[in-house]
Amino acid sequence: MPVDPIEIIEGRVAVLDRADVDTDQIMPKQFLKRIERTGYGEFLFYDWFRSGEIELDPHPILVTGRNFGSGSSREHAVWGLKDYGYDAVIAPSFSDIFYSNCTKNGLLPVVLDEEHCRAVASAGEARIDLDDQTVTCAEGVFKFEIDEDIKHRLVNGLDDVALTLQRSGAIDEFETAGKADRGPVTTSL
Amino acid sequence: MPKNLFEKIWDAHGVDDDLIYIDLHLVHEVTSPQAFDGLRLADRKVRRPDKTLATADHNVPTDGTPTAQLIADELSRVQVEALERNCEEFGIPVYSLGSDRRGIVHVIGPELGVTQPGMTIVCGDSHTSTHGAFGALAFGIGTSEVEHVLATQCLMQRRPKTMRIDYPGELGFGVTAKDLILATIGRLGVGGMRGYAVEYAGPAIEALSVENRMTICNMTIEGGGRAGMIAPDETTFEYVRGRPGAPADFDDAVERWRELPSDEGAGFETEVEIDAGGISPMVTWGTTPGMVVQVTDQVPDPSRMDAAADRETAERALAYMDLRPGTPMTEIPLDRVFIGSCTNSRISDLREAATIVDGRKIASSLRGMVVPGSQQVKAEAEAEGLDEVFRSAGFEWRESGCSACLGMNPDILQPGERCASTSNRNFEGRQGAGGRTHLVSPKMAAAAAVEGRFVDIRDWS
Repeated sequence: MPVDPIEIIEGRVAVLDRADVDTDQIMPKQFLKRIERTGYGEFLFYDWFRSGEIELDPHPILVTGRNFGSGSSREHAVWGLKDYGYDAVIAPSFSDIFYSNCTKNGLLPVVLDEEHCRAVASAGEARIDLDDQTVTCAEGVFKFEIDEDIKHRLVNGLDDVALTLQRSGAIDEFETAGKADRGPVTTSL
Repeated sequence: MPKNLFEKIWDAHGVDDDLIYIDLHLVHEVTSPQAFDGLRLADRKVRRPDKTLATADHNVPTDGTPTAQLIADELSRVQVEALERNCEEFGIPVYSLGSDRRGIVHVIGPELGVTQPGMTIVCGDSHTSTHGAFGALAFGIGTSEVEHVLATQCLMQRRPKTMRIDYPGELGFGVTAKDLILATIGRLGVGGMRGYAVEYAGPAIEALSVENRMTICNMTIEGGGRAGMIAPDETTFEYVRGRPGAPADFDDAVERWRELPSDEGAGFETEVEIDAGGISPMVTWGTTPGMVVQVTDQVPDPSRMDAAADRETAERALAYMDLRPGTPMTEIPLDRVFIGSCTNSRISDLREAATIVDGRKIASSLRGMVVPGSQQVKAEAEAEGLDEVFRSAGFEWRESGCSACLGMNPDILQPGERCASTSNRNFEGRQGAGGRTHLVSPKMAAAAAVEGRFVDIRDWS
């Protein structure tokens, strides 16, 4: 799916000061039965919001603890965060699948060390420049790392599938060259 | 240059720069509908339906509902029907309700023989790492990536780092593969394997059956790992031999598979050693799989933890779990026991649990549920009379599915209920809002069902 290009994300910061927040908390299972891709914002952190355990404003930026998005691969968690209003999540680390899911949906995952995450949280406002790979806030300017290919796709709002389909020739060649290993697997059962 | 198992598979699947080829794509009802919609919107086809296989597992009822059309929960029905329709439209083989080949996606792949050494395997489910037990590179993906694989049979991937965890020694009496992986996650932490493809190796791993190896690879994701892998050997080849999806040129395939194990002297970015002989039966006490202790231990005391963040996390977990520091794990009373999930619902898991409960009754205060991993596992268990063993003991014997592991179907915990579960996640609300989950092996779950509390399986009889 094509997504909106990302250049600058700026504004107030919501803070969820917890580590290992899993995707079951971000988007509980009962909302995974829907077959749509939109409308998940109202179910975000459903149990935690409903019990009053946490409150989070839908600011452009969410800052949280290490290993954010662990557990289930459910992309619904990312759809929920984006739909609720977040354009970027800053954390000391993310689970691998969650990180990848973010990049497919225009939700910018930013890895900063714990100390810088705390600084952004206490500043309350920040400006993220993807091209520059910096987070600027009252507490300082912090550089972050991001894979060049992922950055290119985010900055340009590119559709991964369309990009890969342009390389169909290479896939054809790969399948032909390795014929013995590229036969049917599931249709001969 | 010597290569490790991961590097051999990765290198053999490089199509172009960051693009890797996928040999097997498993699909289920929950993470696929939006992907199929994406294909339709862009007028795209599925490139290789013959490398794709679908089943309904996550939210199917386990009460014997015979077809998708009869699922009582409307949202579940719509989702399973959408899977059936999408598969028909795009030409993908599907085993839905009513099929004797239906089951948990990570159980049926190996069972049908389509999971094979050397393959790249993906599925829109984090427990896809299970298939790495065959010496495959297998990992979970999100729905956007499901769409990408459907359309291109490839994935854009950054190469993960590699880790080897070596287990010298042998597992003691009553200690299982489940305890081994829980102990490993307890030691490395829930983020300890993040960014890595992990190879489990050493004598304790080689001695395990393929099904036990699947339990270990399955929970790699609970340590944050991208993929878990185990070198294929004679045990692996014998498991695949004769299954419907096994390669037609089986002997030639085995010759190719023999080349897969890591070469002598192959390097890994990180190496860890864990003494298998030192591992005990394990029970989780908190709300991540890393919050785990030996069954002989007590509920930990947060005030003795060094880091302030760990203390807070532990305190919150104990509050949720309604546990007091210092309580012996064996004194925690249980309301429910769940034997099932892609971690522990295969025939050998059910046999182990049945041996424990054979001729006994489960505690009267407790509800016990056995959910086989697939319809074939169920049939095999029934042919052996295991269903009778479980039923006479007081367990419910259900149809296959993910069931109470993630509680998308009606098999959920009620708020406050405490469950000994053979599944993989003890997150807050995982098995039902307000439910409290303790992860254990099938043997430990079965013995806990009989006593109504945890017991050390090693000295229990």
